[in-house]
Amino acid sequence: MAENRVGQQTIVFRNPPRIISSFATVGPDEGKGPLAQYFNDILEDPMLGQKTAEKAELKMLESTIEQTLAQAKLKKEEIHYYISGDLLNQIISSSFSARTLGVPFIGIYGACSSYAEGLGLGSVLIDGSYADKVLVATTSHYQTAERQFRYPIELNIQRKTSNQVTVTGAGVSILANAGDGIKVTHATFGKVIDMGLKDVNDMGSAMAPAAVDTLVQHLQDTNRSVADYDLILTGDLASQGKKMFGLLAKEKGISLGNKHQDAGDLIFSPQQDVGAGASGCACAAVVTIGYVMKEMYQGRFRRVLLIATGALMNALTFQQGESIPGIGHAIVLEV
Amino acid sequence: MDPKTKAEQKKYQELVKGHSKKTPILKHVVLAFLIGGSICLIGQIALNYFSTVERTQGEAAATTLAFMIFLGAMATGFGVYDILGEIGGAGAAIPITGFANTVVASAMEFRREGFLLGMAAKMFVIAGPVLVYGILAGFLVTLIKASLLGLFP
Repeated sequence: MAENRVGQQTIVFRNPPRIISSFATVGPDEGKGPLAQYFNDILEDPMLGQKTAEKAELKMLESTIEQTLAQAKLKKEEIHYYISGDLLNQIISSSFSARTLGVPFIGIYGACSSYAEGLGLGSVLIDGSYADKVLVATTSHYQTAERQFRYPIELNIQRKTSNQVTVTGAGVSILANAGDGIKVTHATFGKVIDMGLKDVNDMGSAMAPAAVDTLVQHLQDTNRSVADYDLILTGDLASQGKKMFGLLAKEKGISLGNKHQDAGDLIFSPQQDVGAGASGCACAAVVTIGYVMKEMYQGRFRRVLLIATGALMNALTFQQGESIPGIGHAIVLEV
Repeated sequence: MDPKTKAEQKKYQELVKGHSKKTPILKHVVLAFLIGGSICLIGQIALNYFSTVERTQGEAAATTLAFMIFLGAMATGFGVYDILGEIGGAGAAIPITGFANTVVASAMEFRREGFLLGMAAKMFVIAGPVLVYGILAGFLVTLIKASLLGLFP
């Protein structure tokens, strides 16, 4: 019997790992949004002086890692594992940053759910006493994602109201078995749910059922209700997916009240002309690290359920007429 | 819970359809008219001018096309044309300036993968289908015309 497992899908961390240091870097547009004050670093130049957007994404991730380490006054030798995921083919931003870092590397792909997936896996390593310190990272960049999944940047394409904009940013956290910081108490890894939606201009609606599935399972496994949480943060469903999440939760008899917020819905203001809102690996990461964790330290939230969502398709599958499978990974954060 | 059944999928798809934001069609149409119309106005002014310098109307039209393609390419290079597209939609996409934009935007985007396998190979990723089906449609229409009226009416 796996004694640290409750119900169908949930892991309980008996010695909850601590998030001892976190750093959120965002691009200039994200830095003009309503959450600007929460981010650790706002880039002036989304290209970071690099020749290609891929290099810019890598550099952004590397410098965010450096600053997370510096903030915790840790050397990279003290990190036992590096877990990272991103959106680019063969997760190159993650592997290339691991090349620079020189720490044992576990590359993951959960699309935009990567941050929660990484926190969950990192916490397993620490609670199981397989590691003392684990670095969890994720990144995404508007320009690299656009060119891989959509169209050239300068092309005259009109954004649809349900389109989401990939966040330029990087979020990095260090999990440790001791020290001060927010605790990770549970993880509920999600199942892949496919409702047969094929519209790549509406990823929010495609991912919402997976997020609800994970929410329902998590509450059932832990015998908790929405009232036990101060905030349920989904991401990156954006306004359209957020609406669907609320409707589906209601169908399952879960009343979210005013507890639910969505990372994709928070980053940009409606005046920024971003369709339904934000998406991308960095979306859930920078909102959690910036907004949620800082508000937790201020005492506004004591216990938060993060459900990071991912759309598990690629640029070929939707051209071949495949539907969009979604996933949601949940993590419980406590002060 | 097992994988979703067809009935569950269908029910959700209906729910999404019922709760999707409507596209503001009237706004789009008006903006497309204004942006597209302005581009065509510039084209007309250019044509009027070139008609006074060129010898035949055909030559004036050809020069106007070249001039408009040049404008579209320049606006893309300066990063203006995608903004026109965001506002004007089809109004910016349909005129020949929009066609120039698809070629130049792709060339700029893939320039970083090299001149040969990047820029040159991928320059027509967006414009390619327009060329293929444009030529095909032209061929078919000509075929119909020729079979009805004879090859040299």
